[in-house]
Amino acid sequence: MTSLFKTTWVEAKLFLREPVTVLFTFALPLMVLYVLGGVFGNEADAGGNGGIVVYGGYGPTNWYTAAYVGMAIAGVAMIGVPAHIAEYRDRGVLRRLRASSVSRPVFLSSQLIVAFLISTIGSALLLVVAFPTTSVEAPASVGLFLMAFVLGAVCFSAFGILLGTVLPTARAAQSAGLLLWFLFMFVSGSGPPPEVLPESLATVGKYAPLTPVVKMLQEPWLSGEWAVGQSVAVLAIGVVSAGAAYLLFKWE
Amino acid sequence: MASVISVENLHKTYGAFVAVDDVSFEVEEGEIFGLLGPNGAGKTTSVECAQGLRVPDEGNIRVLGLDPRTQASQLRRLIGSQLQESALPGRLRVWEALNLFASLVPGGPAWREVMERWSLTDKASASYSSLSGGQRQRLLVALAVVNEPRVVFLDEMTTGLDPAARRATWRLIEAIRDGGATLVLVTHFMDEAEQLCDRLAIVDGGRVVATGSPQSLIAEHGGELLIRFSTDRPDVSFLEDIEWVDTVSRRGPQVAVAGHGPVLALVGAELVRHGIVPTDLHMQQATLEDVFLRLTGRGLED
Repeated sequence: MTSLFKTTWVEAKLFLREPVTVLFTFALPLMVLYVLGGVFGNEADAGGNGGIVVYGGYGPTNWYTAAYVGMAIAGVAMIGVPAHIAEYRDRGVLRRLRASSVSRPVFLSSQLIVAFLISTIGSALLLVVAFPTTSVEAPASVGLFLMAFVLGAVCFSAFGILLGTVLPTARAAQSAGLLLWFLFMFVSGSGPPPEVLPESLATVGKYAPLTPVVKMLQEPWLSGEWAVGQSVAVLAIGVVSAGAAYLLFKWE
Repeated sequence: MASVISVENLHKTYGAFVAVDDVSFEVEEGEIFGLLGPNGAGKTTSVECAQGLRVPDEGNIRVLGLDPRTQASQLRRLIGSQLQESALPGRLRVWEALNLFASLVPGGPAWREVMERWSLTDKASASYSSLSGGQRQRLLVALAVVNEPRVVFLDEMTTGLDPAARRATWRLIEAIRDGGATLVLVTHFMDEAEQLCDRLAIVDGGRVVATGSPQSLIAEHGGELLIRFSTDRPDVSFLEDIEWVDTVSRRGPQVAVAGHGPVLALVGAELVRHGIVPTDLHMQQATLEDVFLRLTGRGLED
């Protein structure tokens, strides 16, 4: 237990010392949210745009704020975590840790806990800045939103750990993570309103693993309901990712 | 002396490449044991198998009575490792590294003492990436011994260090031994092996070609000894009658006597008996380099 605690504590500090990670986790989602919120305001769409009601009829800023909590989670899980694990493997840090009795469950759990903690800090910062500076309104159900956040952050962090486990080098992990983050940003509900996406992109969005996370976060914020189907999908992504990462993890 | 490591007929391949063909050695308690050989000889693979970091294809290994194949996690708590091609996170600070690695061992040894003992206290808040090569090695050695291991494996620890840092590192190695631990040293440096090792195995092409103390290896495989001195006395042919002398040659006042075994003492005694007391009498002894050359047919750095 001590070793898990110490490993997690050290890893969290190291994570925060990475400028790229900090930028992407804390600054980028906030910046994009701020721009989108400023451009689209928070007036619910009445269907004037050729009969298509965008943002599901909710205020755009409300819509985006919930979605960008998802992007903050994804920033940690896809840009921070995979590159971090792959770099450890490239540089022989994992060899070093293993030789000093760090076990596979301890290492992987510490990564999961750290990713969750950083996601929480990133999301909290996002909301702390968003509330006074944009027209966002409080979630319809704070309790359900927080539950959705915990489930989403844990499960999607597991997905990030899986990426770090299967991507061969730090370079590959960094570029794949960035590319996927931007792709998911556009198709998972954090970019253009999903109603106006071309069909091909909408299909990509439908299967992108971040989409159920974003929807699961938006549902309680916008309508106050729990997204049952999305939460099952998120849980499945988390369990499968964690299991696969555990089995496929290599120290070198 | 009990043997703390015994490796028998170790064999390990990576695909079609035979990394270790047939390696056997025993390491006794409290000694510094060296594996000496060129890069790619199979030294690292051998010690990594002994540490339970790799699984051998064939062979028996016992380290402190444990089988690294099945009891690796138990074993790792009793041993310390300095691995080749391993590193710490660049932004990790010295004290954090020691604190973390100490916490991985039940009973948590006093990492501050370890930091003090290895003169790292001044650098406690420095990040790993800001340390010099010598300081990094010092930290890695400190981490290897932070769990008070009974056996310490050090793999190529002076590669890339400047001569002063290398010598400082040698002192560290001796200090670990003086602390009661058994050491296994992997190196391709002759001088390092000769300076530090009580016994060593010369490894080449995945096989152990000779084992023994540096002195015994030199005596056995180093070839003949060459004694040189100068004298004005024209006739030194009496030296040829000494049993261990092979040839005597001279050029002007310079005399060279080739021989083997205890030849130096006998030549010295005979010279004194004939009233010759040269001030420059000395023997050129073979080095491990010569032994290596003789055993493998090529130099170590090739």
